[in-house]
Amino acid sequence: MVGFVDHKRGQAWGLLTPMLLIMVGVTAWPLVRTIWLSLTSATIGGDPAQWVGLDNYLEAIVNKDFQKSLGRTLYFTVVSVGLELVFGLMVGLMLNQPFKGRAVARALLVLPWALPTVVNAMMWRLIDAPEYGALNGLLFQSGLIDEYRSWLGDPSIAIEMVILADVWKNYPFVALIVLAALQTVPEDLYEAARLDGAGPWTRFLNVTIPGIFGPLSVAVVLRTIEAFKMFDIVYVMTKGGPADTTKPVSFVVYHEAFSYLRIGSAAAYAILMAFLSACLIAAYVFLLRKQERRA
Amino acid sequence: MTHRKSLHTIFLYAAVLLFMVLTLAPLFWLFVMSVSDPVALTSKPLQWWPEHLDFSRYEKLLSYKEGGVSEKFLRALQNSLYVSVAATTISMAAAIPAAYSFSRYAGRQGVLYGTVALYMLPSVAFVLPMYLILSSLGMLNNASSLIIVYCTILLPFTTWMLKNNFDQVPLEIEQAACIDGASLLDVIGRITLPLALPALGATALFAFLMAWDEFFYALLYTNDIRAKTLPVTIADFAAGRATDYGLISAVGILASIPPVMIGLLLQRTLVSGLTAGGTKG
Amino acid sequence: MRKGKIVLVAAMIAGSMLSLSARAEKTLSALFMAQAAYSEDDVRAMTSEFEKTNPGVKVKLEFVPYDALHDKIIAAHGAGGAGYDVVLFDVVWPAEFASKGFLQDVTKRIAPTDVSKVFSGAWTTVAYKSKYWGMPWILDTKFLYYNTEMLKKAGIAAPPKTWAELEQQAKLIKEKGIVKYPLVWSWAQKEAMICDYTMISAANGGKFFTDGKPSFHVGGSLDAVKYMKNSLDSGITNPNSREYEEEDVRKVFSNGDAAFALNWGYMYNMAKDPKESKVVGKVGMVSAPGVSGKSVASAVNGSMGLGITAKSANTEEAWKYIQHMTAPATQDKYAKLSLPIWKASFNNPIVTQGQEEYVATAAKSLPVMSARPETPSYQELSSILQKQLHSVLLGISTPEAALKTASDAAAKLR
Repeated sequence: MVGFVDHKRGQAWGLLTPMLLIMVGVTAWPLVRTIWLSLTSATIGGDPAQWVGLDNYLEAIVNKDFQKSLGRTLYFTVVSVGLELVFGLMVGLMLNQPFKGRAVARALLVLPWALPTVVNAMMWRLIDAPEYGALNGLLFQSGLIDEYRSWLGDPSIAIEMVILADVWKNYPFVALIVLAALQTVPEDLYEAARLDGAGPWTRFLNVTIPGIFGPLSVAVVLRTIEAFKMFDIVYVMTKGGPADTTKPVSFVVYHEAFSYLRIGSAAAYAILMAFLSACLIAAYVFLLRKQERRA
Repeated sequence: MTHRKSLHTIFLYAAVLLFMVLTLAPLFWLFVMSVSDPVALTSKPLQWWPEHLDFSRYEKLLSYKEGGVSEKFLRALQNSLYVSVAATTISMAAAIPAAYSFSRYAGRQGVLYGTVALYMLPSVAFVLPMYLILSSLGMLNNASSLIIVYCTILLPFTTWMLKNNFDQVPLEIEQAACIDGASLLDVIGRITLPLALPALGATALFAFLMAWDEFFYALLYTNDIRAKTLPVTIADFAAGRATDYGLISAVGILASIPPVMIGLLLQRTLVSGLTAGGTKG
Repeated sequence: MRKGKIVLVAAMIAGSMLSLSARAEKTLSALFMAQAAYSEDDVRAMTSEFEKTNPGVKVKLEFVPYDALHDKIIAAHGAGGAGYDVVLFDVVWPAEFASKGFLQDVTKRIAPTDVSKVFSGAWTTVAYKSKYWGMPWILDTKFLYYNTEMLKKAGIAAPPKTWAELEQQAKLIKEKGIVKYPLVWSWAQKEAMICDYTMISAANGGKFFTDGKPSFHVGGSLDAVKYMKNSLDSGITNPNSREYEEEDVRKVFSNGDAAFALNWGYMYNMAKDPKESKVVGKVGMVSAPGVSGKSVASAVNGSMGLGITAKSANTEEAWKYIQHMTAPATQDKYAKLSLPIWKASFNNPIVTQGQEEYVATAAKSLPVMSARPETPSYQELSSILQKQLHSVLLGISTPEAALKTASDAAAKLR
């Protein structure tokens, strides 16, 4: 969007100063150091660091553990964000309808999202507990399962349980954004569509979606970045188990740095992670632009 | 027509009910755990409501006793509030002019993308180098250092959200004010911000929750009650050999109250507030 | 006369200078674990006793979860003088910390007469390459707890002395329908699982390394893993064990849902607490079993030690603090949550009162504590073992294949 004072470069930069001061002031040195570290064999204690160029990156790319974690993280990201998108849309649309007690329902939306991640992770860990957990209790007492079973200890379903915990907490974020965005779609557009004979699904596709597309994309991109970075929820819920099936990429970085003390290698993994995250977003933005051009 | 309408209504209320149940059920269970004694929580079949309500954990947490669990919790609560409010305020103060700049002035998009790219780096990347800096400055275990660090997490996010929102505010009014001789700060303060006020509320809430939630930096940079935030304290309670899940649940419930209060307060701004005007993103 | 006055004045000046420097307060920074073994209150009490007898020294205490303990020591190492002076470290870390220069060598500070007064198993906690890198402080190992009522119901006269007997007794209890899964373990993909594995492996004469090469896939080590897997397959081990940590084991046992449980010493007193346990009065405790022909009993060293950080600026005061914390007088007072490291203490009524069984059992288990490998890359080794072991327990790979993978991977570590 072109401003009307675009020749006033000085002003533009001036306005950026506080933000740049904080961002550059605080992260510049750590960032430079991280990049530098990634090109060396630095470890904490032990032999002094030596220049290794891109070796760390190459080793990272061929590391099977990293590849598997990457796949897992992508799976988690796509499924989590996808479910948050679907539920967010559904709930947002629902709460946009008139009904009694709507204000209360809307207020409820804040609850899961306001719960601190650490508490959320712990709560779900307790709910999913195999011997005395509420999930087993509920399913068993309602006759849906014959006996209690392990959830977070079962490699075939552990990551889905983590996804469940994450989606439950975060879909309200999307729902709230959808709800807000829906307020701005003019009624007349719906009327016009109805007069044209469009059914509810067509109206949804051609009026609602384009109408809330902008903020919705912002929400999706933000959630994608967050999901890709996920650390806290796994740290509290499973620490990567069982048999590594819930280990995300951020854990690989964490282990390299804190468990194996190889901070040079850890830095390379971290930068690789950010790069892949950026690719993910870039791909999404590219698709977005395509959509916009078509619309 | 009415038949279809009432079917629609039934379906709607059913959906709303389902939504409320699914949203509240885990939280309800969290509350039940916080008022049940440890032995009750290991019963099979599971008891959904304890025989007698045990509020002792809440008492333990809220009645201030030096050196006890309540001191840890209340101080942590205090630290979290201080850090989150301060970090949010500073981030908003820096994000508003920055977002305005990105929105109204052409170019410099590289800076914006660079900032967002920084946001994509996991905290594990920065944690050790920043630890070194803070330690050499003697600034570890200090709420103020957490505030500055959190600003770097909140700024990319708030700047970008606000930029998107400022994009929605129509230019004409600003242009008119400019022609009338208003200074840049006047324009931002008197025209743009009031129009984007709902968005400001929403962004501030998002930022507050991010700061409130942050765990890993706080874990490494704080040592004791002078600076430990709630998430770290919660992890401490859950860490030991003798874990009382009821206590952790109680802490969880209490720790959710401030963000929920703020969320409810700003909830109205949220609904009217994430887009102000047009429909472009 | 004049000379005398000069001497007097000089003495007064010297005296006042000395008292000035004595008054200059030193602050120690100490890192402990939150709520495990000794409680936080205990540690604070011990510390204020130290401060009282050492005016001029203040101690800043920090408590973190076990998982964060390692992380914080790592992070603080880069911080130089502003980091910690005294840190609590786990038995598997001295190799890593000493070789990377995180801790100070305190071999010369330990009185030779003290060495024989402390359990030898305790010394392995702080020893690496024939040097001592701290003082042992928390002495702990896993014991076999059993539900006396369940054993009686099954007609079992005495708890098992060998692992084979344990299997038999568990099968009997299961057959008689007394409890569905008689055995419960802490086999989540964490260090706790390696502790169990180490114990059973040592009982079978297994070795982590033979002639410098990893030998997980042969001998006693392989037998141990097969034993673990069999106990799952035959239904005597609770399958949820693969998700459990020590606290979960305690809850299951204390709830009466298991006949046998292996756990650290802390469970003893908690299982007798009516607020925490439904099996009060039914708890028995013996040393973990051995293997006939190879061992009488088994135990794994789960102790922890206190060390001085390499970059500490207050080395003398730090050592005094450690000496105080590990002194018999101090440890004997707080023996309910962690037993003292001194052999003589085990005869001290203050220590034994109310927990004679615990002390007597510990006296048998501590001397046979087996150690996990002392290698600077233990963290990585453990990670590899954890993943492979877990995949065996989950039925994803066979013991032979998984352990061979582990040995091969371990061989590549430096």
